Amino acid sequence: MAGMGLGALALPKLPFGSRFIDEAEALQGGMDVATQKGLADVALNTARSGGATYADVRIGRYLNQFVITRENRVQAIANTESFGVGIRVIANGSWGFAATNDVTQDGVARTAAKAVAVAKANAKIITEPVQLAPQKGYGEVSWKTPIAKNVFEVPLKEKIDLLLQVNGAAMTGGASFVNSALLAINEQKYFASTDGSYIDQDIHRLYPNFNVTKIDKASGKFQTRRSLSSPVGMGYEYLTPTPESKVTGIVTRYKDRYDILEDVKNATADVAQKITAKSVEPGKYDLVLDPSHLWLTIHESVAHPTELDRVLGYEANYAGTSFLTLDKWKSGNFHFGSKLMNIVADKLQPGSLGAVGYDDEGVRCGKWDLVKDGVLVNYQAIRDQAHIIGLKASQGCCYAQSWADVQFQRMPNVSLQPGKERLSVDEMIKNVQKGIYIIGDGSFSIDQQRYNFQFGGQTFYEIKDGKIVGMLKDVAYQATNQEFWNSLVAVADERDYRLGGAFNDGKGQPGQSNAVSHGSATSRFNGVNVINTARKIG
Amino acid sequence: MSIFSKEEAQKLLKKALSYSKAEECEVALNGSESGNIRYARNAVSTAGEISRMSLVVSSSFGKKTGTASIDEFDDASLEKVVRRSEELAQLAPENPEHMPLLGPQEFPESITFVPATAAITPDTRAEAVAKSIQVSKDAKLQAAGYLENSTNCVAIMNSKGLFAYNKDTDVVFSITTRNEEGTGSGYAARGFNDVSKLDTFSATRVAAGKANGSVGARAIEPGKYTVILEPVAVAYMLENMFFGLDARNADEGRIFMSKPGGGNRLGEQLMDQKVTIYSDPFHPELPSSTWNREGQLLTKRNWIEKGVVKNLSYSRYWASKKGVDPVPGPGNIIMEGGTESLEEMIKSTEKGVLVSRLWYIRMVDPQTLLLTGLTRDGTFYIENGEIKFPVKNFRFNESPVIMLNNVETLGRPERSISVESYRSYLVPAMKVRDFTFTSLSDAV
Repeated sequence: MAGMGLGALALPKLPFGSRFIDEAEALQGGMDVATQKGLADVALNTARSGGATYADVRIGRYLNQFVITRENRVQAIANTESFGVGIRVIANGSWGFAATNDVTQDGVARTAAKAVAVAKANAKIITEPVQLAPQKGYGEVSWKTPIAKNVFEVPLKEKIDLLLQVNGAAMTGGASFVNSALLAINEQKYFASTDGSYIDQDIHRLYPNFNVTKIDKASGKFQTRRSLSSPVGMGYEYLTPTPESKVTGIVTRYKDRYDILEDVKNATADVAQKITAKSVEPGKYDLVLDPSHLWLTIHESVAHPTELDRVLGYEANYAGTSFLTLDKWKSGNFHFGSKLMNIVADKLQPGSLGAVGYDDEGVRCGKWDLVKDGVLVNYQAIRDQAHIIGLKASQGCCYAQSWADVQFQRMPNVSLQPGKERLSVDEMIKNVQKGIYIIGDGSFSIDQQRYNFQFGGQTFYEIKDGKIVGMLKDVAYQATNQEFWNSLVAVADERDYRLGGAFNDGKGQPGQSNAVSHGSATSRFNGVNVINTARKIG
Repeated sequence: MSIFSKEEAQKLLKKALSYSKAEECEVALNGSESGNIRYARNAVSTAGEISRMSLVVSSSFGKKTGTASIDEFDDASLEKVVRRSEELAQLAPENPEHMPLLGPQEFPESITFVPATAAITPDTRAEAVAKSIQVSKDAKLQAAGYLENSTNCVAIMNSKGLFAYNKDTDVVFSITTRNEEGTGSGYAARGFNDVSKLDTFSATRVAAGKANGSVGARAIEPGKYTVILEPVAVAYMLENMFFGLDARNADEGRIFMSKPGGGNRLGEQLMDQKVTIYSDPFHPELPSSTWNREGQLLTKRNWIEKGVVKNLSYSRYWASKKGVDPVPGPGNIIMEGGTESLEEMIKSTEKGVLVSRLWYIRMVDPQTLLLTGLTRDGTFYIENGEIKFPVKNFRFNESPVIMLNNVETLGRPERSISVESYRSYLVPAMKVRDFTFTSLSDAV
């Protein structure tokens, strides 16, 4: 599920136990690597001597900074830090996990023993012992998100001023309300395992966003338009616009640099236009989907159903299972989509939310095909699942949202590859007789096996006889997954390729959040069912 | 141990406050001990125990506030966190919506803590899960489930003399059973303060009955149907509405409680007369704390009374701006029901659909509260007062406001959890006419 929150711009819920810190403290280094290694060894040795056959330990320092504003005021500034240790073991063939914020030798040893006790209690109700794909130890290694400008080093005032400038532009332009926010995350993770890896990673993510609201006093109706920014695995440089990062067209969209001041002006104009836009006539349309929209459709309809834990039933009680069952994969000829559907999983893509050097069980990350020429060819797996699909090694998809949560299978970046033939968006639209061009992500919902979905958007443009003729509203499309991807008839070339992403993708029990990007170029899907979402109450 | 007694919390908070040099200071202590176990394919998959405690300090100078927090509790750390919050307050911009802290208040003791729940161990959880797995195996099904228990303590104190303390326990359990072929699926969810009320055996039997009963689902045309929603479906469907009972958002014209032309819908008959929704910290089935984080007293309060919007929450700032008394938001949500059992509701239905559970509900349009989502884990066609056959799942596009105008009958309220937020609600099963299904799904 992408984003489990109810409001797009509600104050982010802090991870439980996060503490607020000041800016200077955020910049101080955490515990030094040698001390962390010493503590990690305490955990591994305690687990081993307690009877564990495998153990890993994650010492994590998680920094967040949230700046939340509306109109002319700052609603919240929070610098938070969460520091603790999570220890996972296999004892008597079963997993056990325990976590504490008491990162001392005693605290770590006690927690390791607790993890072993949990594993032994559970060993009574397993059907078969955990089977881990072999993983060589890497020794002492490190990885860092390649950022140019650390968000936490940018003075707070600069960030506040930028957001208030964004809000000012919206209000001057005629908005009724505007909310804006800057969310920054820095995960400092130290991983060690009984395989002999000691991995130090420094991971950065950023999400600047806004939401402009306009109320039509006469009708009492309101419309909103969210930013076309994307959460990114980048530093503050994302907010330094460059001409080459802009995609021009009906509205400017952005690649790896974002012009928030330009976008808010466009959003304010869009929201006024939405008020008077024509309500859509329900029926079948050819859809032209911008990457700022299509990322979410890919996320829900392709990335989630190719998660191996869902396929196997491990998520049956919550997120659900998957229609992409093992027999379909084994057949080697399950046509998920048309020949233009080429989907790649990638844990290394620069600037993406999912890019890391190593996953949270010490596996070096990589890239692989999920769907090739429309045919399902692979899944996303971790160490205790690899053998089920005949892999000799994990694909490196293990992640935990914090030290206090157990790591499990989470999706890598999953992206639709751009078309191989030269095709611009204008050329694509020219061939559409009756269509809708959708920009930005909106409402989303999909069933627990990923067959039936419904998506909205931010702005909708009617296409008639190859031309955009005006804006539409009250648009949502419903489709059956396999039918939808088989209706893919055109994908723009790499010039239009862009990443979108989910900052808070929810999965698991207890629920955990993951950040992941999805790339695509503008794509055309033929004959999709569009409904009208306007209703009346009271 | 991260759970402090009232006296221990009071002592610690007093000490923290003694370091304050700000015009106003508030300190809050949060502690939690939790454990969980997760299973799938009739075997345990992951499980853990988590222990944590933190202290949050907010200091204010005029309308400037700074907040800092710490998870170490020696004297030096306590002083450090107070100083840090004061430094941040001096750096912060003025907040025009800043409200002064509340003075001393009397809060009655809540009934949210149950010692038996606090005493749960990894072995207790494993045993409860073993019972559930056995039921599933006996029914030739695959079980996937989750059990989580937590004990939490929270205490606040401020420089104006306010002190409040609460301790609570919570246990949630959910179970999905599916057949090997993947053609049948059933679900049950339970939530309690008191673990002795949790029966994983009978909950799994309910899920198993739905799983086997849902095999062989037929497709029927989407459209408008009379539906009977079980409490677990009702809780999830209404949750978005419960979150929207706020006067400011309504007055600003940006939610379904906004009145066209300005203002809010307080006093309006917005739903059927059978609909009464209230909160009550002392409801024995769903107790809540007797105070909120701002130090406001929570009492029994009607939000919707016989279909009329009776109360909306007013933050202290918004209340002062509007010249009304502040109304704290609900600490729990209870919907009054009727007397009919699910069987009686089915019996009185000429043609309709029984919905066991809803899934992936998202807002489509906040001004009408139009939601979309799907049915899941047991959807059945009813004709002439009987369940005739299982049907394929539907996608719906419906507003709970419209739905609560179309209520025919209500069942007895039951404590149920929202399958996404895991919050507990006390809601009845309900029969509503003209519920809008817009397409079919092949999902099981």
